[in-house]
Amino acid sequence: MSAPRALMRLDEAPQHLTRANRLTVWLLACVAITLALTFGSLLIGTSSIQTSLGWILSPDAQSSVVLWQIRLPRSIGAWLAGALLGLAGGIAQGVFRNPLADPYLLGTASGAALGVTISLVAADVSVGGLAWASKLGMTGAAFLGAGGATLLTISLSRGVLQTRSLLLSGVVVAFLLSAITQLMLLAKPDIWRSMQSFLFGSTGFISWSSVGLLGTVFGVCIIPAVFLSRGLDALTLGEDTAQSLGLSLPALRLTLLGIVSLATAAAVGEVGVVGFVGLVAPHLVRETLSVNHRQLLIAAPLCGGALLQAADLASRWLIRPAELPVGAVTACVGGSYLVYLLWRRSRNA
Amino acid sequence: MRETSTSGTTTPALSCEGLRVGYGSRVVLEHVSLDIPPGRWISVVGPNGCGKSTLLRALAGLETARAGTIFLQGRRLQAWRGRERARRLAWLSQTAPITDLTAAEVVALGRFAHSGWLAHRQADDDAAAHRAMTATGSLAWATRRLSTLSGGERQRVHLARVLAVEASVLLLDEPTTHLDPPHQEDVARLLRDQAQRCGVSVVSAIHDLSLALTADRVIVLGHSGVVGHGTVREALEGDWLSVAFETQVNIVEHEGVHLWRPALDIPMRQGIGQ
Repeated sequence: MSAPRALMRLDEAPQHLTRANRLTVWLLACVAITLALTFGSLLIGTSSIQTSLGWILSPDAQSSVVLWQIRLPRSIGAWLAGALLGLAGGIAQGVFRNPLADPYLLGTASGAALGVTISLVAADVSVGGLAWASKLGMTGAAFLGAGGATLLTISLSRGVLQTRSLLLSGVVVAFLLSAITQLMLLAKPDIWRSMQSFLFGSTGFISWSSVGLLGTVFGVCIIPAVFLSRGLDALTLGEDTAQSLGLSLPALRLTLLGIVSLATAAAVGEVGVVGFVGLVAPHLVRETLSVNHRQLLIAAPLCGGALLQAADLASRWLIRPAELPVGAVTACVGGSYLVYLLWRRSRNA
Repeated sequence: MRETSTSGTTTPALSCEGLRVGYGSRVVLEHVSLDIPPGRWISVVGPNGCGKSTLLRALAGLETARAGTIFLQGRRLQAWRGRERARRLAWLSQTAPITDLTAAEVVALGRFAHSGWLAHRQADDDAAAHRAMTATGSLAWATRRLSTLSGGERQRVHLARVLAVEASVLLLDEPTTHLDPPHQEDVARLLRDQAQRCGVSVVSAIHDLSLALTADRVIVLGHSGVVGHGTVREALEGDWLSVAFETQVNIVEHEGVHLWRPALDIPMRQGIGQ
C-alpha cells in the first residue's frame, strides 16, 4: 500500500475539476444576474427609465430617497427573501428526501397568514389589541404564526422521527389554520383588503430595517445549514445507513427543520406568502448542476435570490406604472417551469 | 482452521443474549444468543423471510430489541455514543436508494464517524477511502455519480464505504448482490482478508450457498430460530441447512470446496410452482 502522502486526493481527479469549474461559472452567473437586476431595479418604478437614469447621474434630495431608501432596499430585500426560501426549500427537499418538498410544508405559510389575520382583527376590535398589533407589526405576527404552526406540526407528529407523519401533520395543520383564517375573514370582511397583499406576496414594504432582519436571519441560517450538509448527503443513502454512519437523525432533523422554519418565517414575515421560489430554486440547481448538498445549499439561495429579485422587477415593469403582486409573478413563472418539467419527463418516458 | 484460538477466554467482538425482535404482532427472531468472535468471517444463511436481515439490523442497533441484550466489545450496544459505535461497527444495507453523489463522496461518508461535523477531512480519511476503493476496485469511477453506475458498480462503491470505516465489526446484508461471479469471488476474498489479516469480524448474509460456505463459520437460521452457529464442517455434519430450509439440501465436496448441488430429479415441494 502506498504512503498516504503519495495518494492522489480523490476529489482532485480531472473530471472533478470540470465539475468544480461548472459550479464556479454557475455561481458567477448568479452573482452577475443579481448585480444586473439590482441595477435594473434602480431604473424601474413609477417614473420612466430616462427620469431614473437622470436621477442616478444627477441626484437630488428627493430622487435619492426614491433610489436609495425605496428601490435599493426593496431589491436587496427581495433577493434575501428569495435566498431564504431557496435555502429552506433545498433543506426541506433533503430532509424529506422528496423533490416536491417546499419551505411551506410544515404549515408555515398558513400559520403566518393566521398570525397576520389575528393581529389585524385584534387591532380592529380593541384599542389594546391595536397597540399590541402595531408593536408586533405584520412581520412579527407572521413570524409568530409561522413558528407556532411549525411547533404544532412537530408536536402533532410526536417529534421528527417519522417523515411521513410529519408531512401528513404539516398538511393537516395547513388546512386547519387556513380554515380558521377563512372563518375570521368571513366575520371581518373589511380586513380582507389589507390581507390581500400579504397573501399574494409583496416586496413593496421592504425597508432597510427589513433588509437588516432578513440578512441577519440569512447569516444565522446558512452557516449551520452548510455545516450540516454532510448529514443531508448521508440521508440520500437511506435513513438506516445514515444512522449506521453515526448520525443522530432526530437531532439532525430537528436542527434542520428549525432552520427551515426560521428562514421561512422571516421571509414570509417580510414579503408574504410567495409561492414556488423555494420549490423551483433547488430544482433549477439540480437540473443544471450535479451537486452534493453543500454545493446545493450554497447555490439554491443564490438562485432563489435571483429569481425573486427578477420577479420583483417584473412585477414593477409589466403593468407599469401600476404593480403586480410579486407572488403572482412567481406563481406564473414557477408554475410554468414545473409544467415544462412534467412535459419533458413524460416525453422522455 | 484457527478454531482453537477463539475458544475459551477471548471476548467476543459482538454478542447477543436472548434477543427478540419483531415488527407489529409478528415476532421474527426469538431467543437468539450468539457470540461473534474477532478475526472470523461468518456467513448467515437461511430461507427467505427467516430473519437474516433483521438479525443484522438488530445487531447494528437499527431495530429495537423487545428482549435481550447486545454487547459490542463487551459493552452494551445502547451505551455507545453514535459516532463511537459507528467507528467500531459498520453496516451495509441490502438495498440503498440511488443517490446523485459521486462514488468518492459516498465513500467519504464512511469516514463521518471519524471526522464528524466540524473537523476538516484529514489525510488518513483520504487514505482510508482510497484503500477501500482500491480494494473493491471502485477507484476508476471515483468521480462518477452513483446514479450513472450499474447495480454491481454501485454495490462495490457501497462496500468501499463500509470498508472505509475501518470498523472492527462488519455487518453486511447481501454484499454480493448484483455482482457477476468473478466479482463475487473478489468480495469473498476481500471479506476473508479483512477477517484474517485485519482481525475484523465479518458477518455477512449471503444467498449463494456455495459462496456462503467458503466462510470460516456459518450461522444457520430457520423459520423457528437459530439452527446452529459453528464452523462450516459442524454445519455440514449436523445437516443444519436441510433443517433450516425444511428440505434436503445437497452439498458436495470438491477439492476442499463445498458446493451446493441443485437436485432437480426430486419432486417439487408443495406450494412452489404451479
